[in-house]
Amino acid sequence: MELTLWTYEGPPHVGAMRIASSMEGVHYVLHAPQGDTYADLLFTMIERRNRRPPVTYTTFQARDLGGDTAELVKRTIKAAVDRFQPEALLVGESCTAELIQDQPGSLAHGMDLGGVPVVSLELPAYSKKENWGAAESFYQLVRGLLKEQMPAPGFVKPSPQRWRQEGRRPRVNLLGPSLLGFRCRDDVLEISKLLASHGIEVSVVAPLGARPADLMRLPEADANVCLYAEVAGTVCSWLERSFGMATVKTVPIGIGATGDFLKEISELLGVEIGATNEAESRLPWYSRSVDSTYLTGKRVFIFADATHALAAARIASQELGFEVVGLGTYSREQAREVRAAAKELGLEALISDDYLAVEKAMAEAAPELVLGTQMERHSAKRLGIPCAVISSPLHVQDVPARYSPQMGWEGANVIFDSWVHPLMMGLEEHLIGMFRHDFEFVDGHRSHLGDGAPATVPVAAPAAAPSADPWHGGAAAQVATLQSGHTATATLVAEPLAEPVVAVAAEPIQAVDTAVAGPPVWTPDGEAELHKIPFFVRGKVRRNTEAFAAERGLARIDAETLYDAKAHFSR
Amino acid sequence: MVAPPISADLALPEVLKESGQREVFCGLTSIVWLHRRMPDAFFLVVGSRTCAHLIQSAAGVMIFAEPRFGTAILGERDLAGLADANDELDRLVRELLERRPEIRTLFLVGSCPSEVIKLDLQRAAERLSAQLAGRVRVLNYSGSGIETTFTQGEDHALMAMLPLMPSSDEDQLLIVGTLADAVEDRFRLLFERMGVPRVRSLPPRRSTELPPVGAGTRLLLAQPFLSGTARALVHRGAKLIESPYPFGVEGSRLWMEAAAAAFGLAPAAVAAVLDPLEVRGRRALEPHRRALEGRRLFLLPDSQMEIPLARFLARECGMDLVEVGTPYLDRQLMAAEMALLPAGTRLSEGQDVEKQLERVRAERPDLVVCGLGLANPLEAEGIATKWSIELVFSPIHGCDQAGELAELFARPLHRRQLLSFV
Repeated sequence: MELTLWTYEGPPHVGAMRIASSMEGVHYVLHAPQGDTYADLLFTMIERRNRRPPVTYTTFQARDLGGDTAELVKRTIKAAVDRFQPEALLVGESCTAELIQDQPGSLAHGMDLGGVPVVSLELPAYSKKENWGAAESFYQLVRGLLKEQMPAPGFVKPSPQRWRQEGRRPRVNLLGPSLLGFRCRDDVLEISKLLASHGIEVSVVAPLGARPADLMRLPEADANVCLYAEVAGTVCSWLERSFGMATVKTVPIGIGATGDFLKEISELLGVEIGATNEAESRLPWYSRSVDSTYLTGKRVFIFADATHALAAARIASQELGFEVVGLGTYSREQAREVRAAAKELGLEALISDDYLAVEKAMAEAAPELVLGTQMERHSAKRLGIPCAVISSPLHVQDVPARYSPQMGWEGANVIFDSWVHPLMMGLEEHLIGMFRHDFEFVDGHRSHLGDGAPATVPVAAPAAAPSADPWHGGAAAQVATLQSGHTATATLVAEPLAEPVVAVAAEPIQAVDTAVAGPPVWTPDGEAELHKIPFFVRGKVRRNTEAFAAERGLARIDAETLYDAKAHFSR
Repeated sequence: MVAPPISADLALPEVLKESGQREVFCGLTSIVWLHRRMPDAFFLVVGSRTCAHLIQSAAGVMIFAEPRFGTAILGERDLAGLADANDELDRLVRELLERRPEIRTLFLVGSCPSEVIKLDLQRAAERLSAQLAGRVRVLNYSGSGIETTFTQGEDHALMAMLPLMPSSDEDQLLIVGTLADAVEDRFRLLFERMGVPRVRSLPPRRSTELPPVGAGTRLLLAQPFLSGTARALVHRGAKLIESPYPFGVEGSRLWMEAAAAAFGLAPAAVAAVLDPLEVRGRRALEPHRRALEGRRLFLLPDSQMEIPLARFLARECGMDLVEVGTPYLDRQLMAAEMALLPAGTRLSEGQDVEKQLERVRAERPDLVVCGLGLANPLEAEGIATKWSIELVFSPIHGCDQAGELAELFARPLHRRQLLSFV
């Protein structure tokens, strides 16, 4: 039993729904109680789909449990096939139906459904999750449709370069894009364009937009491109084992990775593509331009599905000059790759599906930018840290109207904008730093409409110029606002960064208020010195200093204690 | 204006009963508003990842604080041995309460899987209550989809609190059903002005401050979906005030008048309080009535608020009712409402969503009230929709809210008029 407040992934049958809903001509009969139909809204609301997911639920109730639920399953299957006339039928169950063991897959196989291919999905709901369910469903569907075509054991692997003999262009399948995946719709377009520009055709895109008949054409391609391993990893390795099809594994997100992707695919297919032209994207120049100097060493915390976490780590560290201070994923299936990438950056990967553990790690890493999922966006907001969403789970705003891929050259442009905008706009930060002692900046940016400059300059304020972007309503504006006035407010400023857990966050405040016994007390000059430290590390410095003082039994923390502690921890 | 007396043998319209795929939330969804009503309570669902995902998705947005609800997700080990599952639950509850010392009431909420494996949450609640005596009260109820739809979850939660309500024969008006705090304050004030001696609410704002119940209790339902709670309170001696529900000017007035009558208050004093409200409420309704009048409305079954809303939209906003669906029809609690529906209104109970959507397409109504899963697909077919979940999150009760309530339905129609792409 495990306590979950918010979850990164749904149950595995939601993964199966993603496959069915991404495709055309597939219908999924799900043995599930009423209430499980909530999952429809993931597609109609988050993805703004204009039609219902192709799913029929048995919606059994308690009174059905006394009777014949197997009969209900059969009736539902029959009605769904009659009504929707699918080209392939998926049959499965959700967590509750798994317990009553009606075996809907076997029931379907025993029915006369007019020759519709039936694929039975067994997705263990009490041990597996959404992405696993998507990968398994995709694999079972492909396997079910291709089993007649499977070559005999000991077959000769087809050459990925056979297109030359066959007098045609080379062609590949793009596997893995699905609904509720991150920007899949646009990635497919971008990668199709990229490949076309090098004379490579896209044979089948699946599951997104594919029909069962398209899946039956998968072996006609020269290779498979595994765009999202979370969904297509299992299928790709099965196609490799069973049909001898090679898999292109580099995920083309970022400049370096897009180049590597083209290199891998060209060597595999024997296509001359010449030097890859990084100037296709603006990211390299934008990153080199002087305005981007301020990006140097920005502390970035990354948590996402494995595909996007790995890509983000490489882009952040190599292509934008950030410092990656945290890297992790909730995709346990791909944990090994993420661990390796973290190790290369001198970090230990965080593999977890507990968002509170992620928030804690985020707070401890004291980043200036968070790249994460919708969950991290919420945590970062609480901590007052700018954030860009780079991966599922999604919210409706992550399915933008405009073209905004992550992959390929254009994807790199999109990434540059969406990661950098939450940070402060280039030179503006230098200017604010330079002018921060001027009274105009005391309360953050003042309106030019002339609501007047403050009459007096608060003592504590000028030192701590915010370093995040006040235009985006982040912590910076908050810092500036809260600074006006007495010193106690500064504690509030540091607090969001310091601790995610309410009970702990309260401590430093109490330490100030209840001065008599116990924890050391900050003197006014100690507090003043603390305020001069940038807000994003202030929480950490406060905790370190208090630990340092407590260890030495000091009753008071003044400016000197703070510098002693700083020296102590810098060793 | 007093509601006509309700007799059990009143001729009721023919109801179309359907069974098939239901497109409804389960009772767990009601946690989303119940936890806000009682900030000192925590709702722990004992269930699966599906339950956790449902509440997260139904809530629509994740809340910025650590939420006061969560799911104890059953794993394979818990299914293998129920003794372990009980130990695990105890451990998890201890850890949870250590982190949330402000919690005074913990609801263990049963789900489909916990019901099917027959995990005895009542015994678990008794065991934990004994362990935590004096600190936290542990209650249990089922919000499972095999037993409850959507709003029935609140009915079951309230029934779980009932045994803890002290007995007292003191005269009081007990308003039952979650109301927005501001709306509740307003009703209290109005009842006070009319001369009702004492007004209390269930659920209370603090989970530990439960109202008493007994022979002096007049029970007034603020929500139409509390069948079990109403019966259990009557069993404890309360007298049920039969009335339409407080949606719209008319419904709210009848509702308050029925309560006043139950205390034998002078009609003139009551009218003095309500007359100005009625005038103001009708004025607020007027622009929306113009937008809605003559428009055809189809309500899909979801929240059990469909019949009272249909009555309001037909009688006060002039809409034509094509079909009024409800997941479950309690004829006694709905009698006063059904008596006010226009003659010949097509009522349906239960659901076969495919057949119902065929009727929607055939009838081409101007507005369909439905769940979030169906809204965009219907809009894409050119049919305007109103999401029913908004009705359980918005303050819509009372004369003062009638304008806002009508506006919720007028907005999608107004928006369609505004949009132009030529």
